[in-house]
Amino acid sequence: MRIEGNAVCLPPDIDTDLIIAGRYLRTKDRSIWATHVFEDLDPSLEARLRGSVIIAGKNFGCGSSREQAAVALKEAGVVCIIAPSFARIFFRNAINRGLPLAQADLSCRDGEKVVVDFSAGTVTAGDLSREIPPLSPRMLEILAEGGLVEHWRKRR
Amino acid sequence: MTTLSERILGAPAGEYVDRPVDRAYVHDGTGVLTLEAWRALESGEIASPDRTYVLFDHIIPANSSTTADLQHELRKFACGAGLHFSDIGDGICHQLMGEGTALPGEIIVGADSHTCTLGAFGAFATGVGATDMAVIWASGSTWFRVPETVGIFFSGRLSGHTEAKDLALTYVSRLGMDGATYRALEFIGDGTTHLSMDSRMTLCNLAVETGAKTGLCYADAVTAAYLQSFGEIVSTQAPPSCTYEQELDFELEDIIPVIAVPPRVDTIFPVSELCGVPLDQVFVGTCTNGRYEDLSRFASIVRGKKVRVRTIVAPASRAVLEDAARTGILSDILAAGCTVIPPGCGPCLGAHMGVIGEGEVCLSTANRNFRNRMGVGGEIYLSSVSTAAASALAGEIALPGGDE
Repeated sequence: MRIEGNAVCLPPDIDTDLIIAGRYLRTKDRSIWATHVFEDLDPSLEARLRGSVIIAGKNFGCGSSREQAAVALKEAGVVCIIAPSFARIFFRNAINRGLPLAQADLSCRDGEKVVVDFSAGTVTAGDLSREIPPLSPRMLEILAEGGLVEHWRKRR
Repeated sequence: MTTLSERILGAPAGEYVDRPVDRAYVHDGTGVLTLEAWRALESGEIASPDRTYVLFDHIIPANSSTTADLQHELRKFACGAGLHFSDIGDGICHQLMGEGTALPGEIIVGADSHTCTLGAFGAFATGVGATDMAVIWASGSTWFRVPETVGIFFSGRLSGHTEAKDLALTYVSRLGMDGATYRALEFIGDGTTHLSMDSRMTLCNLAVETGAKTGLCYADAVTAAYLQSFGEIVSTQAPPSCTYEQELDFELEDIIPVIAVPPRVDTIFPVSELCGVPLDQVFVGTCTNGRYEDLSRFASIVRGKKVRVRTIVAPASRAVLEDAARTGILSDILAAGCTVIPPGCGPCLGAHMGVIGEGEVCLSTANRNFRNRMGVGGEIYLSSVSTAAASALAGEIALPGGDE
């Protein structure tokens, strides 16, 4: 699996309240989550997310279990998130929603082209390259099939 | 030589295991997405309705037509499918599961990050997202990576107005907001065994604020006596006989009242250094600090006095509220000028019943002070119940016991 996108740089410890605020959770309309993603961090971010690879600091997605955070990012067009570490519930949620995550500590320049190659186990941003630990075979299957719901439906 | 997580999950740290879960619960917030994902699975029946719980606590009673519609759909489904259902006013999901349902040695999953609260009973209790929960509804099981464990040793006893919450904020600060990511915490030592179940739940509640999967206490005589009061006879768990990946030691006599300042749970200061910070609101409650022990402590400080800042008190459950009414501490709290709201999450996540305005400052006994969480442009300081009580009386941050 190989993913390309333009870098959007974010600081460490981005919590799920910052990804999608509690006041927008009471709906099933995903477009609302996508519209308000990162609103409390930087309202101008949303417009730059389509086709983007987020390169963040450590502990991305900490805080609540709200799966709307992963859905919001995917709906807004984020194709992959790279961070040195992820909060564990967010990690599972993202994989379950078909949003790939790569673990790497990478310096980031906004707009730079980023390539994530899960088969080769590398991420490349500009002229920097890093190895990434492999995702488990089950996680790769879930991602390839577009999420846990589709994965489960195929195997029941 | 295994940690409690390894014992319960039956495999060494680092292994991936599939395990049936003993209890699975959602609330009105996460239940909506879970139901949507579960319907997409088209799996037929819920695998174990008798082990599946839907507990309304996040926005209760409903605050808008949209919320009411979503709750109506989930309520109808839960009752129709024969799930355990608790409606508005019964209390916070973690508290209700901790009132005689969660048992030592069980594997418990909740669609809420603070499910780790139930580790207080010697259970492996952890938060999951909605789609994971949907598959658990369909199959009765899920996968876990058995976590490595940080051993946290407490020795001695808390003194004065220092509480389990001060202890919890102190260990979170020592570990940092991602200090235990992908790992479990075990709370051990004589300082832990002296703590009540209410206090242990406070301690375990904050485990996720270090990134941990869960925080666990070994079931002992205190656990057994507590559960016996709910008619559950349980065995205690053999004390730890393992080495930990990392160990932290705390002398409880050295713990002092602290406050986590906005916007990070791991950034604490002694209350004494923050005295005088003006407050617009005090909030006492939540899955961290809304139990009877907390309300009792709060009442003992405000009894016969008047709060000088608007103060909201939310009991963690109907049982807590009823106990508070029966023993009279509820009257003390009301007479002090506090506003008591229905058992539930209250304004903790900024949805209703105490949202703060731009530029306002709230001192809260909850577990998160993230930017804008309780209202856009508002700031949240996190403290113990005693500090909240002293500060409510002063109208500004104040040290508990400072006027004695």
